[in-house]
Amino acid sequence: MRTVIFRTIAPYLSALMVLFSVFVLLRGHNEPGGGFIGGLIAASAFAIYGIACGVAAVRRAIIFHPMSLSAFGLFIAGLSGLPSLFMRQPFMTSQWWYIHIFGVEIPLSTPLIFDVGVYFVVVGAISSIALALEERESD
Amino acid sequence: MAVLSESVDISNAMIVAPVSPADWLIVAPTVLTILGGAICLMMRKDTAAQPRIGVLFLALLVFATGGLFLHVLDKGVITMVMGRWLPPFGIAFTADLTGAALAFVASLVAFSAGVYGILDVDGSGRRYGFYPFLLLLMTGVCGAFLTGDIFNLYVWFEVLLIASFGLLVLGNEQAQLDGAVKYALLNIIATTLFLLATGLLYGLYGTLNMADIAIKTRQFGIDGPIATIAVLYFLAFAMKAAAFPVNFWLPASYHTPRIVVSAVFAGLLTKVGVYALLRIFVVLMPEARFQLEDLIALVAIATMLTGVFGALAQTDVRRLFGYLVISGIGSMLAGLAIGTTPALAGTIFYAIHSIVVMTALYMAAGVMSAMGGSYSLRELGGLYAASPAFAAVFLVLAFAVAGLPPFSGFWPKVILVEAAITTGHVWIAASILATGLLTSIAVGRVWVFAFWRGGPEGTPDGTAGAGALVAAPGLARPVVWLPLGVLLALVVFMGVVPEPMFQVTGRGATSMVDPIGYVRSVFGDSL
Repeated sequence: MRTVIFRTIAPYLSALMVLFSVFVLLRGHNEPGGGFIGGLIAASAFAIYGIACGVAAVRRAIIFHPMSLSAFGLFIAGLSGLPSLFMRQPFMTSQWWYIHIFGVEIPLSTPLIFDVGVYFVVVGAISSIALALEERESD
Repeated sequence: MAVLSESVDISNAMIVAPVSPADWLIVAPTVLTILGGAICLMMRKDTAAQPRIGVLFLALLVFATGGLFLHVLDKGVITMVMGRWLPPFGIAFTADLTGAALAFVASLVAFSAGVYGILDVDGSGRRYGFYPFLLLLMTGVCGAFLTGDIFNLYVWFEVLLIASFGLLVLGNEQAQLDGAVKYALLNIIATTLFLLATGLLYGLYGTLNMADIAIKTRQFGIDGPIATIAVLYFLAFAMKAAAFPVNFWLPASYHTPRIVVSAVFAGLLTKVGVYALLRIFVVLMPEARFQLEDLIALVAIATMLTGVFGALAQTDVRRLFGYLVISGIGSMLAGLAIGTTPALAGTIFYAIHSIVVMTALYMAAGVMSAMGGSYSLRELGGLYAASPAFAAVFLVLAFAVAGLPPFSGFWPKVILVEAAITTGHVWIAASILATGLLTSIAVGRVWVFAFWRGGPEGTPDGTAGAGALVAAPGLARPVVWLPLGVLLALVVFMGVVPEPMFQVTGRGATSMVDPIGYVRSVFGDSL
């Protein structure tokens, strides 16, 4: 698989896919998309990069161990349910904040934080499986 | 949102009444264990910090479930619907006394296991994630005990199942993988049946909220589909609970992992299955329980007897205790087969007793192996001479599991036998008594071979304990005697002062048989 064409194109392709995965994650509240599908796209990006340039390069690039990314996602997804405690509302009741930047209204919310958590759980879990499989193949 | 709330009346879709922070105790067990598990997983490489974080969060879990138990004892059934959507559309957590009490006892057991694991789980076990898995297992167990939504119950079963796979293969030994394959396959079949039954139930009633289902089954009575669904549920949870014809995964797997993992499994996993059976057949579909009564009775008797016969045939202490877990499940199912309020109280009492005593017995097996260097009754011996105090601890646990007074196993058996006789289930009563006798013989064998006999098999009678056998290093450390001591204290307390347990289990059973409080807690007092 390590042809010159593939190795040349893979970094750009991976970067594009990660960017697209963030786009899919952010549009997911009202339109098709969200944390799960975004996470899958990002994990495929890492898998492609791993096939082209080797698993070690991917591990260096994402800095943290995929399982730790997964755990981080689980942690913030869990935290995202807690702010409603202070509003005397049940667990996981959504809270919204509207921020105006340069005249544009940006809605931020706890469901978004939850979705980011899901994104990290999926990225971490799937890429840790994918990288383990790719490592076996190259050994 | 500011514009929306002026033009739309959200009270038709959402709960607008403020929620008291005390009601948050109902989600605290699951949230705490998820957060703790995530932190532990992030710091997986730091093996020194693992037990500190793990035990800290398990201690917080004990406080949370203890607080919830007291809150439910005081206020009755409490409900919280996630995201404040109105039930039955929002996913409800509903804690009644039975669920809260079981969650509390389960947390105590998990805490003890977390402490015991400090010594039993070494560096590689910690790196493979013993503490994250234990915490996430508790997420599943507490979630299952506290949820008020049947699909959510399925989700918690999945969570605890996945965490238990991780715990089971901790260490990657061949025997462990062998046990894990059998365990995983049969449990996945059971979970799939559970999912099928839930899909059919949703198709029939259009709801997954347990309180709503309880109303609907009482309205529509019993007809074709609901009987099929009930049988599917019975099969699925009988597999989870290790009832007779579908229990071969338990003896195949419980002796393979580290002893502290076996202890947690023996204490918690099968009892979640029993709890689900109680919830489905007592609260949700009492008519179906009535129809299946004879089948449940038959399964209960077969489970009790095959369990204890299996125990009599074993020489490995861990396998022997595994069969005693199965035999205890039979006694719990007996209460479900009888179905009266006292009998169900007996089942709940027995479940609590079994959670504590089985975990303690496996921990004691760990100590026996640390002292004698083996789990086999052929090779063990002279433990009494090595440590009379530990021998006394084991004797208390043996009395408790056999149902001899004055320890915790005695009272639930008394209640169950009495309930069986007053309702004319003579065979159930006879089986419980026979099982008690045979269990005494089974644990008596352990006592005679491992403790009284001077040394391994072949040691002549009258030999004093081998001088070579000294208490293993670390045995005197608090991480071993503290968890065992906590569980032992519970066993003695429940046996000597059974009155609080009678109160709690009696009230728990009453509120399950007549779930009006449960339904009102979800849908308000108008129903």
